[in-house]
Amino acid sequence: MLLTLRRSLHEQFIRWALRVRPPEPTPIHLTQRRVYVLPTRAGVLYAVSLLTMLIGAINYNLSLGYALVFLLGGLGITTILHTFRNLVGLTLNIGTPKPVFAGDVAHFPIILHNSDRRTRSLLRLHLPAQTSVSTDLPPHDHTRVMLPLPAPQRGWLVLPRITLETVWPLGLVRAWSYAAPGCECLIYPRPADAVPPAPTFGGMAGGRLASDTGDEDFAGLRRHQPSDPPHHVAWKAAARQDSHAPLQTKQFSGSAAQSLWFDWATLPPGIDIETRLSILTRWVLDAESDGLAWGLRLPGQEIAQGHGPDHVHACLKALALHEA
Amino acid sequence: MKPDAPQPLTLTQTWWLLATGLAAFVPLVPHVPIWLAGLTGAIFVWRAALVWWHQSLPTRWVLVLVTVAGAAGVFLEYRTLFGQRAGVALLLIFLALKQLEARIPRDGLAIIFLAYFLTLTQFFEDQSIPIAATMLATLTVATAALAALTDARISPLPLLRRAGVMLLQAVPFMLILFVLFPRVNGPLWGLPSDAYSGLTGLSDSMTPGSINNLIQSDAIAFRAKFEGEVPPRQQMYWRGPVLSRLKDRTWLPGLIRPAQIDYVPAPGSPSYRYTITLEAHNRPWLFALELPSTLPPNAFSTADFQLHAKKPVRERLRYALESHAEVMQGAEDDFVLSLARQLPAGLSPRTQALGERWANEGGNDTQRLQRAIEFLRQQRLTYTLQPPLMGQHVADEFLFDHKRGFCEHFASAFVILMRAADVPARVVTGYQGGERNPVDDTWVIRQSDAHAWAEVWLETQGWVRVDPTATSAPARIEQNLAAAVPAGEPLPMLARAGFDWLKDLRFRWWAVNNAWNQWVLGYDMQRQRDFLQKLGMASPDWRKMIVWLAVLCGTVLLALTAAMLWRRPPADPALRQWQRFCRRLARRGLARYEWEGPDAYAQRLVAALPAKAPEISRIARLYAGLRYGRLEPLALEELRRYVAAFKP
Repeated sequence: MLLTLRRSLHEQFIRWALRVRPPEPTPIHLTQRRVYVLPTRAGVLYAVSLLTMLIGAINYNLSLGYALVFLLGGLGITTILHTFRNLVGLTLNIGTPKPVFAGDVAHFPIILHNSDRRTRSLLRLHLPAQTSVSTDLPPHDHTRVMLPLPAPQRGWLVLPRITLETVWPLGLVRAWSYAAPGCECLIYPRPADAVPPAPTFGGMAGGRLASDTGDEDFAGLRRHQPSDPPHHVAWKAAARQDSHAPLQTKQFSGSAAQSLWFDWATLPPGIDIETRLSILTRWVLDAESDGLAWGLRLPGQEIAQGHGPDHVHACLKALALHEA
Repeated sequence: MKPDAPQPLTLTQTWWLLATGLAAFVPLVPHVPIWLAGLTGAIFVWRAALVWWHQSLPTRWVLVLVTVAGAAGVFLEYRTLFGQRAGVALLLIFLALKQLEARIPRDGLAIIFLAYFLTLTQFFEDQSIPIAATMLATLTVATAALAALTDARISPLPLLRRAGVMLLQAVPFMLILFVLFPRVNGPLWGLPSDAYSGLTGLSDSMTPGSINNLIQSDAIAFRAKFEGEVPPRQQMYWRGPVLSRLKDRTWLPGLIRPAQIDYVPAPGSPSYRYTITLEAHNRPWLFALELPSTLPPNAFSTADFQLHAKKPVRERLRYALESHAEVMQGAEDDFVLSLARQLPAGLSPRTQALGERWANEGGNDTQRLQRAIEFLRQQRLTYTLQPPLMGQHVADEFLFDHKRGFCEHFASAFVILMRAADVPARVVTGYQGGERNPVDDTWVIRQSDAHAWAEVWLETQGWVRVDPTATSAPARIEQNLAAAVPAGEPLPMLARAGFDWLKDLRFRWWAVNNAWNQWVLGYDMQRQRDFLQKLGMASPDWRKMIVWLAVLCGTVLLALTAAMLWRRPPADPALRQWQRFCRRLARRGLARYEWEGPDAYAQRLVAALPAKAPEISRIARLYAGLRYGRLEPLALEELRRYVAAFKP
C-alpha cells in the first residue's frame, strides 16, 4: 500500500519533472530547470558525520574543529555545483534503433552532445528497472550510448523515459534529469524453432511461379534444417553415408526460379496467432538465407514476391505489426 | 530504478584508501601510546603488502582477534574504553582494521569519514599553525580518495589537484561560517574526565624535579602585553601556586579559599597595567605580576595572594590586570602564619639544627633573614639543570653535601631554614622573566621560565619576596636560564644564546602565532561579538548572525554558480550566424519551423522571396557546409558577411 503510494508519487514527480508531455521533441536540452540535485546515501552519511564533528567542536571548543567542519561543509556545497554542472546543459538526441526479434534485447542509440569546454565524466543513463550505462563526454564532442531494453513482445517497443544521472566528482550528491524522447523500436516476432516445412512447389497450398527454370541449377549442399522442403533433402547423399550422419539439403541457385508464397491461411487451423507469426517469420528468414524469393499473404495484406534485406524487413514488419 | 551491484574496490582505490588512513594516522602518532602507533603502523604495512603482492584479505577471525587485542590494550592503557583518549585510540584501531576488510566502495567511505573524524581529534592535543597545515594535507588526500571512489580511472596528481581546487572553492564558505556561526560558551555537556589531560603547566605541588621537568619545555605558558610602563625583567615575578605545607619531600598548597585583597599599593610604587593571554593548563590558578590589585572576572584572590579562577582554565583565557611593585599589608591571619611555621620533625635535621641555632642566638627576624642569605652565599651553591639524585633529606644534601641544585632546591631549603629559625616562610611557584617579542611588543612567558622562590613574613614589613636562586645564580634572574646554567648543559632550544638571525625569525613566528591564538583559536563568543560590532553589526545576536550567514553563503553560492555555468563558450559560430539570419526572417513572418533543415527552409524562402534567391541559397549552403559538411573555417567569414548584408 505504502509502496504503491510511493511509486505513484514518484511517477507524478517524474511527470512534473519532465516539464513537457512525452514524447518530447528532440534534441532535448537539459536546462537548469529540469536537472535535480539531492544528496546520495553517502552524502547523507557525510552530513551526519559533519554534524557529529560540529557538536564535538562546540563541546570541546576546538576552534580548528570549527574550521575543519566548515571547510568540509563548504566542500559539500561546492560538490553540489560540480555535480550539477556535470549534467546541466547536456543535449540529448536519439538515433534509430535496429529492429530485433522478440525475446532479444533492443538497443536504443542515444546521442549525447557536450557543447561545454569541460569533460563531462561518468554520466549514467538508464531506463526504468534496467542496469545503467556509463559514459564520458569530452569537451565539444558527442558520444553514442546504446541503452539496452529487453523486448518481450513483437510490435513497437516504445522507449520509456530515460533517467540521466551523475554523482561525479565525489559521489556525495546525485544530479539527475529525465528525458522522454519519442522513439520506438520495431520488434519482429520470434522465429519459431521447430516448424513445419515451408510450402513449396505446390506441395502445400503455396503457389509456384510460372518460371520453373533455375530450380535445376544445383549449387551445393548444406546442413539440413527442419524447415527445409523434404524433396530438397539429398537423399542419395544420405544413403551413401552412415545412419548417424546429418541430412544434407540441396541448394539451388537462380532465386527467381524458387519463388514461394507463405500464406497465413495454409497453416493448420489449430495453431494460434503468435505461433503462426513465428512460423512465418522462420520461413521468411530461411527463405532469405536460402536465397529464395517469396511472397507473404496475411489476412487483409499481401506482400509481393521478392528477396533481399528490404524485402525481409517489409515482411517481418508486416508480421510484427499484425493485428492480434 | 534497479541499483547497480557494488563494484569491488580497484587497486588504485585501495591505494588511495591506504594513503587516507596514513594521512589521518601520522599526525596522531605523537599523541598515542607507542604500542598503539606500532600496532596501527603494522596493520598499514600488512595491508600495503597484501595489495602489493595481490594477496586476498585476511579472514574475519584474524580481524576479530586483532580488534579484541587492540581494545584490550586500550583498556589496559586508559582503564576505560569511553574516555576521550581511549575513544581516539579505538577509532585509530578501527581505521586500521577497516583497511583490512575494505572490499567495496562503502567500506572506502567509512575509512574516509573516519579519517575526517580523526583529523578533528588531533585538535584535542594541538591547534597550532603546523597542525592546521597538516589538517589541510590530510583533507586533500581524503577528498582525493573520495573522488577516486567515484572515478577510479584518474591518475593521482590530477585527482589531488581536483581535490585541492574543490577545497579552495570551499574556503569562502569556511570563512563566512567561521566568522558568523554563533559561538557558545562552555561545553554542551560534561566532558570525559581525561578531556584536558594533554595540557601542561605548573602543578600545585612541588617535589624535587617537578619544575625541572617542566622547564625542558618550550611551550608557551602565557603572553603579557603591557600598557604603558613595563617592569624591569628581573622584577617580573609571575605569581602562581603558593605552597605552604611540607609533607615529606613534597610542598603542597595551603588552604585555598576566597579572601579579600587586604593590601594597598605603597605610595610612590610603580603600577603596571597589562593583559595576560593564558594558555589552557587545566588548573584553576591564574598568573599575575606580584602583586595584583584587581581581579579578573570569575576569579578570586586567596589568603596567600594567588589568583584563582572559579573553574579550571581549559581554553585560552584573556584577562586584564593592574599590579604594584610594592604593597602595604595589614595584619596576617594566624592560621596562615601557623601554616608558614609548620615543619615536619626530623626532616633534613642538619638544616633544621642550623636554623634553630640562629633562633636561639637571638636577633630579630630581619637579622635572621640576613644570616640565611649570607649563609647561602657562603655555601657557593651551583645552579644546575641536572642536580644529583637526592634522598629523603633533600635540603641537607643540597646545602651541605652536593651543593648543586635547581630553583626548587634553593627555595625549598631556604624556606626550611627560615622556618627552623622561627621566621614564617613559604614557597611561591610561578614564572620569572619572559622574552619580549619586538615584532608585536608582547612578552612571551614559556614553561622554561618556570621558577620557585620564597616569601618570608617580617613583623615590620609583612610578606617579603626572597629569591634564594638569585643569591647563587643572579644571572638566572637578571638575564635568563641560558646565562645561569653552566655551559654545556642541555637547554630547551629556544632558551639558548646565540643564533641572532634565528631569533629575529623566531620573533616573527611568535607574532604570527600570537595573532593565530588571538584571532583563530581565541575566537570565542566575546571575540565574535566584538569583531562583528567592529564590522558594523549593531548588537550582534545569534539571529542576526544566522541571517547574515545565510545571505553571505547564498551570495557566494550564486557567484560560484555563475562563474561555473556562465563560462560556457558561445555556441558554434556558424550556428550563431544562422540563428541571426533566421531571426531576421522571423520578423518578416517567415520563421523557420523546428523540423526544417537549412535546405528545406531555403527552398521555402526562395519561393516566398524570389528576389533574394541567390543570397538565401548561398547562406543556406554555407551554413549547411560549415555545420554538417567539411567546409573550411574560412567559409565562416563569408557566411558572416552574407548574413550581415542580408536584408529581407
